Amino acid sequence: MNAPLLVLDRLSRRYEMEKRPLARLFGQSRPLFAVKEVSLEVPRGQITGLVGESGCGKSTLARLMLRLEEPTSGRVLLDGTDLTALHGAALKRERRRMQMVFQDAGGSLNPRKAARRLLGEALALAGAPAEALEDRAAALMRQVGLDPVLLGRYPHELSGGQKQRLAIARALAMEPRLLVADEPVSALDVSLQAQIMRLLMELRDSLGLTMLFISHDLALVHHLCAHVAVMSAGEIVERGHPREVLRAPQHPYTRRLLAAVPRGPRAASPSLEQAEP
Amino acid sequence: MALLEIDDLHVGFPAGGRMVEVVRGLTLRLDAGQALGLVGESGSGKSQTALAVMSLLRKPLRVTRGSIRLEGQELVGAPEATLRHFRGGAMSIVFQDAMAGLNPVFPIGTQLMDVLAAHRGLTGRAARAVAVEALEMVGIREPAARLGHYPHQFSGGMRQRVLIAMAIACRPKLLIADEPTTALDVTVQAQIVELLHELRQKLGLALLFITHNLDLMAEICDRAIVLYGGRMMEEAPIGPLFEAPLHPYGRALLDCVPRLADEPGALHPIEGAAPTPGRLGEACPFAPRCGLALPRCAEEAPPELAFGPRRAACWRLVP
Repeated sequence: MNAPLLVLDRLSRRYEMEKRPLARLFGQSRPLFAVKEVSLEVPRGQITGLVGESGCGKSTLARLMLRLEEPTSGRVLLDGTDLTALHGAALKRERRRMQMVFQDAGGSLNPRKAARRLLGEALALAGAPAEALEDRAAALMRQVGLDPVLLGRYPHELSGGQKQRLAIARALAMEPRLLVADEPVSALDVSLQAQIMRLLMELRDSLGLTMLFISHDLALVHHLCAHVAVMSAGEIVERGHPREVLRAPQHPYTRRLLAAVPRGPRAASPSLEQAEP
Repeated sequence: MALLEIDDLHVGFPAGGRMVEVVRGLTLRLDAGQALGLVGESGSGKSQTALAVMSLLRKPLRVTRGSIRLEGQELVGAPEATLRHFRGGAMSIVFQDAMAGLNPVFPIGTQLMDVLAAHRGLTGRAARAVAVEALEMVGIREPAARLGHYPHQFSGGMRQRVLIAMAIACRPKLLIADEPTTALDVTVQAQIVELLHELRQKLGLALLFITHNLDLMAEICDRAIVLYGGRMMEEAPIGPLFEAPLHPYGRALLDCVPRLADEPGALHPIEGAAPTPGRLGEACPFAPRCGLALPRCAEEAPPELAFGPRRAACWRLVP
């Protein structure tokens, strides 16, 4: 049981940047690695953070994991099964065990379907019997802190925080082993960020859910994650326990990220060292 | 006389035979060269206040009551010609979405020089020189070469710099920044905040900085007004606000930010959700989410009380 749930083994995704077909043919194209030789272990029942700026490759990495995009090389092992070797029905079945929530929850919820239907369809796909759908949907709503009376609402009738909760509920409907959360709170108001983060922690504790939390905000990672990997230009440049990485960042890129976190009033900002003796 | 004076501002729109108000009686002063933060969640009325100052409210939203004066000149109800003179001249605004502020089919130089022609009557070589200078001031390298580039050829952070260059090209006295960094990465966000700070000192700009992030605001502002449900909850200089907020909402807003300096996992969300405009009565809008609410809070609006340089509206503070 101590083996990591997910293992990325030297995963790469390369794009050919040369547009002229002849140059490509003669091997003169410049390859660009969106993700380069990334190896990462995601331990069970914990939240692992993946940090980096736009364009560093963190979202591409998530897409590779789910095989929404084909890796150029490397392996994705979910519970020991190599996803890169799977096709068709077997791939679909395995992929369902990983669910994703995005920054823009609204964009991932069909605006023409009420919450009841969004959850019902996911539950049915996961094999729930028709007569149990209503009860299961209500239970999911409660699990993410939404009142089941909201089941009749359409996405546009929900607030930003409620939409993100609904997106999480729909992901849970598939009974995933792994939840990939790609910047799930960065579009939310400050007062709601902490609400959603607390929800993720509760799900980790009550369901033992394993999560990969993708963010550019080191403060969020500090609160949620047991491990963190810092990504820059397609490569993982630093990894470890958030406390260690944040206290003594080794890579210049990590230092730059850390320095950019707003600290409140210039004079009065407490340093990390003071807070963690 | 302060540079910007807002008195009892109400902004609303008619719905179902009555007025739904999104800003409800805001009063503020901003002196030349000062930086004031307007802080609040979605629906607090902060962006509508900014748009009201710029006279850019979109119908059916409008100023229903109150006064907005820039250098003593009344803007509410002023003729469009007067407003056009001020807008982009003495005051300008930068929005969150930099792409939406730029026309994708014209090079940025053309757009910059349009502004200069409209407000300073500059054309040709003179306009070009000022445009180059403005781009240089916002830290865009090789500004002369960049004039011919289109918005899509710039990164998000660079586009925001271009917009700031357009905003300062006519040497405004007041710059309104409405969540200018929310769509940007943390490192770029830090650079833009640093840039605004620099420009403020170099040009003596007054800054009205609108955000939902108190920590970010504190890096640039001298003073903050905390808004909720269209009303002022609290106003204070940054230091005292962070040390000891007077209003329970100010406290809650400070505490809910996940910080690096806190114990991991120690999160203090504000439970519940921000109120919907139109469903707000006369009570304190924060009362339903407030852990310290008194019975009175749900019945009538608390008066605004002054405490030296600070103001707050909370029944708990009424002696």
